[in-house]
Amino acid sequence: MKVLVPVKRVIDYNVKVRVKADQSGVELANVKMAMNPFDEIAVEQALRLKEAGSAEEVVAVSIGPAQNQETIRTALAMGADRGIHIEAPQEIEPLAVAKLLKVIVNEENPELVLVGKQAIDDDCNQTGQMLASMLGWAQGTFVSALEIADDKAKVTREVDGGLEHIEIAMPAIVTVDLRLNEPRYASLPNIMKAKKKPLDSKTADDLGVNIEPRLTIIKVEEPETRAAGIKVANVQELVNKLRNEAKVI
Amino acid sequence: MSILILCDHENGQLSPVTLNTITAATQIGGDIDLLVAGDTSGNVAKAAASIANVNKVFTANDKIFENGLAENLTPLLQSVSAKYSHIMASATTTGKNVMPRLAAKLDVMQISDIIKVLDANTFQRPIYAGNALSTVASSEAIKIITVRGTAFEAATAKGGSATIESLQSTGDAGLSTYIKSELSNSERPELTSAPIVISGGRGMQDGANFTMLEKIADKLGAAVGASRAAVDAGFVSNEYQVGQTGKVVAPDLYLAVGISGAIQHLAGMKDSKIIVAINKDDEAPIFQVADYGLVADLFDAVPELEKELG
Ligand SMILES: Cc1cc2nc3c(=O)[nH]c(=O)nc-3n(C[C@H](O)[C@H](O)[C@H](O)COP(=O)(O)OP(=O)(O)OC[C@H]3O[C@@H](n4cnc5c(N)ncnc54)[C@H](O)[C@@H]3O)c2cc1C
Ligand SMILES: Nc1ncnc2c1ncn2[C@@H]1O[C@H](COP(=O)(O)O)[C@@H](O)[C@H]1O
Repeated sequence: MKVLVPVKRVIDYNVKVRVKADQSGVELANVKMAMNPFDEIAVEQALRLKEAGSAEEVVAVSIGPAQNQETIRTALAMGADRGIHIEAPQEIEPLAVAKLLKVIVNEENPELVLVGKQAIDDDCNQTGQMLASMLGWAQGTFVSALEIADDKAKVTREVDGGLEHIEIAMPAIVTVDLRLNEPRYASLPNIMKAKKKPLDSKTADDLGVNIEPRLTIIKVEEPETRAAGIKVANVQELVNKLRNEAKVI
Repeated sequence: MSILILCDHENGQLSPVTLNTITAATQIGGDIDLLVAGDTSGNVAKAAASIANVNKVFTANDKIFENGLAENLTPLLQSVSAKYSHIMASATTTGKNVMPRLAAKLDVMQISDIIKVLDANTFQRPIYAGNALSTVASSEAIKIITVRGTAFEAATAKGGSATIESLQSTGDAGLSTYIKSELSNSERPELTSAPIVISGGRGMQDGANFTMLEKIADKLGAAVGASRAAVDAGFVSNEYQVGQTGKVVAPDLYLAVGISGAIQHLAGMKDSKIIVAINKDDEAPIFQVADYGLVADLFDAVPELEKELG
């Protein structure tokens, strides 16, 4: 089985993002970038499938500017076998990402695509479902446990009410949630080895996909900040304030 | 303009969040139709038809639509999509699962998790865990939208008299099968619509210690929530998680106990009316958003709070 893992390069989750003064977006210059945390979980899962003998090859794909090759190298250093970079602008919509991934899927024929449930920059939570739709494949979304047997996958989904177990036909798209696993760190020797692993680069044009955005960004602004509150001295004061000042209990 | 809303329902009850999504639709304007798919033999369709401002309720009574299987629901939605300018769902795990699959079938870009309607084509949505708010305009022929329930008031559940019409089932896509659910059967109010929420974090140290929070919840009629760290550590199960990648809540009162206040947690609760933080570290970032902060060991403060509430 071949596993394809799309990995997105996003602002590191520890960075406090700043909105640009002209309200056109958020500041990306000189900001620490990293692999989308959900995609690290997806890479980890693919590697575990390989280590367990159910996958033969793990291919990482990233769509974005030249620097996205660093994100692919991170996946390779974790243990992925090969990378594909698709040159595109940083801000690309999930619909276009899914279309590009569809072309790659048709070229590579993976049996499984492991996608992050959500990119922590656009917070869209769309790409995996869109790709499954375009391919006519089954989708297992927000997955916290995955078991593959023959031509089916048993997945446990994190849903609003708790957990849900479903069975999906393979090939399939699985979008991974936080509890699926804890991703490994790349060791120094593996980081060195990753530099020699194959990394293919192409453009959206090569793939014949129109990636023009469908939504127009009118403006991006800071949310209102909350007014500073007060510290109370003890529990009695807290309860008194909640009863008589805020009147919420 | 004509709008179709995919309703969430559970155990024969219409999910309350549908009412918030209807309000968002009302702000867009035009006729509002609802779709109830799954086992609709109970009261769900009737409840949907009596909501104010609803034009028509479509039902698709077939168990293949139960549990929100996207592979089956998408063709059903597609079979009626041509009539609509907007197709909306609440940003629940069902809405998030199904709507992008529909959007891709229609070749349109979805607008996820809207928090404001500016006009029929223009919406505001949070990005970067709510650290920025993006206003986007769509010129797609059909707008596919998911709605953040806490950002809109609930519509009036009564006073409507919509007609109910049943739809032909589009059949089983044969790609996915529901097996079972493990749902918590709490008597407490549902997290996303509770007026008061009390959440615990890593500081709780242990799942058993959550009973301290549950006692307070029961006195206040509150729901219990948690940080990701508390869920990852196995103190409570995943449906408790509040945050960027968990549930978004905006109660009148949110009590954060032993939670540091990482941006990913704040993303899920900072629109609460009143925030209380109990934390032993007086520099914890949660105090920057708390209306009332108590610097204390939670193992002293929480039992005391329970007593004080009488
Ligand atoms: C992709 C991604 C998504 C995420 N999504 C979410 C999400 O949806 N929701 C979420 O919550 N987090 C999320 N996180 C995690 C987030 O970054 C933080 O790690 C998490 O919120 C920390 O949880 P915590 O505050 O309980 O734990 P900690 O940060 O460890 O804080 C524990 C707090 O408890 C206090 N404390 C300890 N003992 C006591 C005591 N006896 N009395 C009083 N106070 C005490 C400490 O002072 C400390 O402030 C996400 C992270 C990533 C990378
Ligand atoms: N530019 C991209 N390159 C590679 N993978 C992506 C890209 N954008 C989105 N993805 C994948 O889709 C997931 C969900 O993204 P989103 O739909 O934007 O929330 C991410 O976790 C990635 O796995």
